[in-house]
Amino acid sequence: MGQDQAITGSDPRLTAGEAALARRELRRHKLIALLLVVPLLLFLLFAFVAPIATMLYRGFNNPAVAQLIPGTLQRLVPWDGTGIPDRAVLTRMALDLRRLAKIRRSGKLAEELNRHLPGASSVVKSTARKLRRKSETELEQKGADLLLAANSLWSKPAIWQAVKKAGQVYTDTYYLTAMDLERTFAGDIQTRQSGQIYVKLYTKTLRMALIITLMCLLLGYPLAYFLANAPPKTANMLMIFVLLPFWTSLLVRTTAWIALLQTNGVINSFLTAASIVTDPLEMLYTEFSTVVAMTHILLPFMILPLYSVMKGIDPSYMRAAMSMGARPLSAFVSVYLPNTMPGLSAGALLVFIISVGYYITPALVGGTKGQMISNIIAFHMQQSNNWGLAAALGTLLLVLILTLYWLYDRFVGAANIKLG
Amino acid sequence: MKMTRLVTGVVLGSMLAAGAVAEELTVVSFGGAYGAAQKKHMLDPYTAKTGNKLLFEDYSGGIAEIKAQVEAGNIQWDVVDIEVIDLERACSEGLLEEIPTSILAPGDDGTPAEQDFIPEALANECGVGNIVWTIVYAYNEKTIGATRPTTIGDFFDTAKIPGKRAMRKRPQVNLEWALIADGVAPDKVYEVLATEAGQKRAFAKLDTIKKDIVWFDSWSQVPQLLNDGGAILGQSANGRIFNAIKEDGKPFKMVWDAHIYDLDVWSVVKGTRKMDLAFDFIRFATGTKPLSGMPDVAYGPTRKSSMALVDPKVVPDLPTSHLKEGIKANGIFWADYGESLGEKFNEWLLQ
Amino acid sequence: MQRFPDYYGFWHRLGHYALRYTAYGVLGFLVLPILVIVPLSFNVEPFFSFTRGMLMLDPEAYSLRWYRAIVDNKNWILAIKNSFFIGIFATILATVLGTLAAVGLASPRMPFKRLIMALLLSPMIVPLIIIAAGMFFFYTKFNLAGTYLGLIIAHAALGVPFVIITVTATLSGFDRSLYHAGLSMGASPLRTFRDVVVPLIRPGVISGAMFAFVTSFDEVVLVLFLAGPGQRTIPRQMFSGLREQINPTILAVATLLILVSILFLVSLELLRRRSQRLRGIEE
Repeated sequence: MGQDQAITGSDPRLTAGEAALARRELRRHKLIALLLVVPLLLFLLFAFVAPIATMLYRGFNNPAVAQLIPGTLQRLVPWDGTGIPDRAVLTRMALDLRRLAKIRRSGKLAEELNRHLPGASSVVKSTARKLRRKSETELEQKGADLLLAANSLWSKPAIWQAVKKAGQVYTDTYYLTAMDLERTFAGDIQTRQSGQIYVKLYTKTLRMALIITLMCLLLGYPLAYFLANAPPKTANMLMIFVLLPFWTSLLVRTTAWIALLQTNGVINSFLTAASIVTDPLEMLYTEFSTVVAMTHILLPFMILPLYSVMKGIDPSYMRAAMSMGARPLSAFVSVYLPNTMPGLSAGALLVFIISVGYYITPALVGGTKGQMISNIIAFHMQQSNNWGLAAALGTLLLVLILTLYWLYDRFVGAANIKLG
Repeated sequence: MKMTRLVTGVVLGSMLAAGAVAEELTVVSFGGAYGAAQKKHMLDPYTAKTGNKLLFEDYSGGIAEIKAQVEAGNIQWDVVDIEVIDLERACSEGLLEEIPTSILAPGDDGTPAEQDFIPEALANECGVGNIVWTIVYAYNEKTIGATRPTTIGDFFDTAKIPGKRAMRKRPQVNLEWALIADGVAPDKVYEVLATEAGQKRAFAKLDTIKKDIVWFDSWSQVPQLLNDGGAILGQSANGRIFNAIKEDGKPFKMVWDAHIYDLDVWSVVKGTRKMDLAFDFIRFATGTKPLSGMPDVAYGPTRKSSMALVDPKVVPDLPTSHLKEGIKANGIFWADYGESLGEKFNEWLLQ
Repeated sequence: MQRFPDYYGFWHRLGHYALRYTAYGVLGFLVLPILVIVPLSFNVEPFFSFTRGMLMLDPEAYSLRWYRAIVDNKNWILAIKNSFFIGIFATILATVLGTLAAVGLASPRMPFKRLIMALLLSPMIVPLIIIAAGMFFFYTKFNLAGTYLGLIIAHAALGVPFVIITVTATLSGFDRSLYHAGLSMGASPLRTFRDVVVPLIRPGVISGAMFAFVTSFDEVVLVLFLAGPGQRTIPRQMFSGLREQINPTILAVATLLILVSILFLVSLELLRRRSQRLRGIEE
């Protein structure tokens, strides 16, 4: 920056012409630098940023119901949310259900309504099944009665409130659900009545990530210290033991933990053979196995930055402190530890960030108890097909990660990430 | 310039590679012993006969993956082997193509297809029956201990039979069993399960063994779990256990009480670009000869003409020989309640 | 026997040994689980555990059957081909784009440097499940889901940060006056770039490319969401294998992958030494 100002500013040593030339030269350099970066920026914009933006948008855009039953929704507008809507609405709904059943789209409507009113799905589907057999003219005349007769739920305000809510194209429902909240029909926000899952899961994910980070710190710090103070030859050789896992496929490492921890696995066979336990311990598919396997996988991310910082610390500091009579522990706390803080915070933040969003290892070794937030996002993407909720949960996770990344960038500097 | 050439190379190369596999038909089924039997009797002979390449993919059942593909407009599968318990729902939600019966081949003895198939095999317009199979539970004689289970009540009785129970991670079959074990008459199960009180009752019964359940996703996990002691009792497709006994000599025993039998059908994913090829494959795979190979894994063929070719020694192991002890899975019930009970089931799991 | 300075007391000596054995313990924790896979992959039984025969070193208890199983299985062969195909093209794409951008970013005249840097590195930080979910929706719109091209693009995006980091690292020691010297001696910017900059950043480019390749080669979440059955890769095949039928074929594949990672480790170390020599850093 200083240099730039020197050139662009009115340096008395330059003539006006020379200054203009220098400015042009500077602009050219800027342009070249920019041109070199632009292809990658465009590429990432398409391949990476736009997909994530689409996902954020999906979290509050839900046009499905509005497209399925536009007629019913339009007639439902004046309804105030109490009692049963008037017969025109009911008749229209009966006709819509029949039409949807014919084109095999009633399942979609059922699914969407079920998200606002658990249990509605079976009512919508069985009603559509019944109405499918009626003729259009019959439904135009007695559609309302047939609808009410098909299931008692149609005479309750709850289902119509659900229809009206599900019909909103832009909705905060998913984001509220992701925070275990819901909006009452009157518009007030309250905690979700039908089960609170996600806040608990976020807390659990953060707790597990914290445990994993602490474990990595606890194991990584002494090892990094040992390696940093060992003779260079030994250190280089032992470093292989850190780098080999780092370079080994994470599926290989997860496989290894399955082999070790399963009921009939290596550890249990050893324990039973040595008569330490009589019945095999249940270790795989628990929170324990997730934490152990992830600590193993993420440990190198803690050791490497710690090691590179510790190598830069002059060992004479500690020696000086101790030769002056400081006890080893207090010398360590007051002299050494503060000096390792950059590496420590870099490693800890990196491990924490990675483990908060981890998917593969919990999916394979976590069973039902060791699942983290990523696994629930995958569940809603692949199993329940509740893509709006998956998007909302993902967005919250993204906000969390970006906050951590911002902290990391502020305190450590994203450009200072070291590899290997 | 070098770089332009490289980039062009990347684009062209990947387009070529993508084009090279475009004509393959993707057939999806359940893997394991069943998949192996299908490969032997249906897929390999089809490739040998027509030269059409097939990609054979495993899945663990359910409609979620088909649904994701259809709703996203990203069709990756062409032909899918699906359980009737899921077929009704998939069909009524518009996830499958209709298969006209006119594409089906007559039996090898000349019987027209409509008469050769058992009626249930063609009951739904989106599927063509493939096998009759059933869900039982089984145990390993080596690990079971002194008391042996004989009824579905024993499956839920951890005092009588202590140890882990392996169950498939979905509400289907588990809720039916819970109600029968709780004393509901087998022919009233679906009626009770349609009520709020009945659902509560089923989950309450499952609660009694919840901490002893090992959940699995894929049928192929069960023989493994029974073998290595990961579970004492395991819910399983009868063919998997049959195969482990016959092929690997495992000391497994099946309990037929309250088994829930069903059909598996071939279906075609809505919006596939290879519909003609898919129909051609189904026509071949549901022919008399290929179907008669299914009893290899103790699944009954859906054609009368195939039944005539079955080894009589296998017949006692086929689900059709045990119909009195079991109930028929109700596809229509699960079409209506699959969604809401699925949601309740998942919330129950997380509690 | 270790010699200690005089001011070391008993507790200090004890601490010293405690540290040493803790360090060895942690090293064991890091490496042993990986090494345990290797003998297990030669198990004659279809299990994930040591049999009595294996412990007695009975040759009958060992076999190559799971390695043969890889070769005999069409799906594994397809997966191996796909992993290399996708990995190589994703690496080329990421390396070309990433190197150019890193050179641009190294210029002191680059505007919004910090912001752009943070953006370019973010694929490394954003959880894969979020990227996968986003790509699933977005790539489907462009008919890229279930194609090789889609996976190559997706994996290239993941590999870019590594190329940026390694190339930036080699450029950080780069004396810009060399570049200006080249220019002032009348060479064109392109020629200067080729003759002066490229040789210096080459080690960074190569190690960045290796990171990008390994990232793609090891990636499974995006593959699970984006790939069709035709694009199954090694990790994808392992993932479904671990979920559905645990079988030692996976251990055999894992052993081969460990060999691959040792190969990478060695080449990277050689590169690092070369780079340091080039930049005049003495060990």
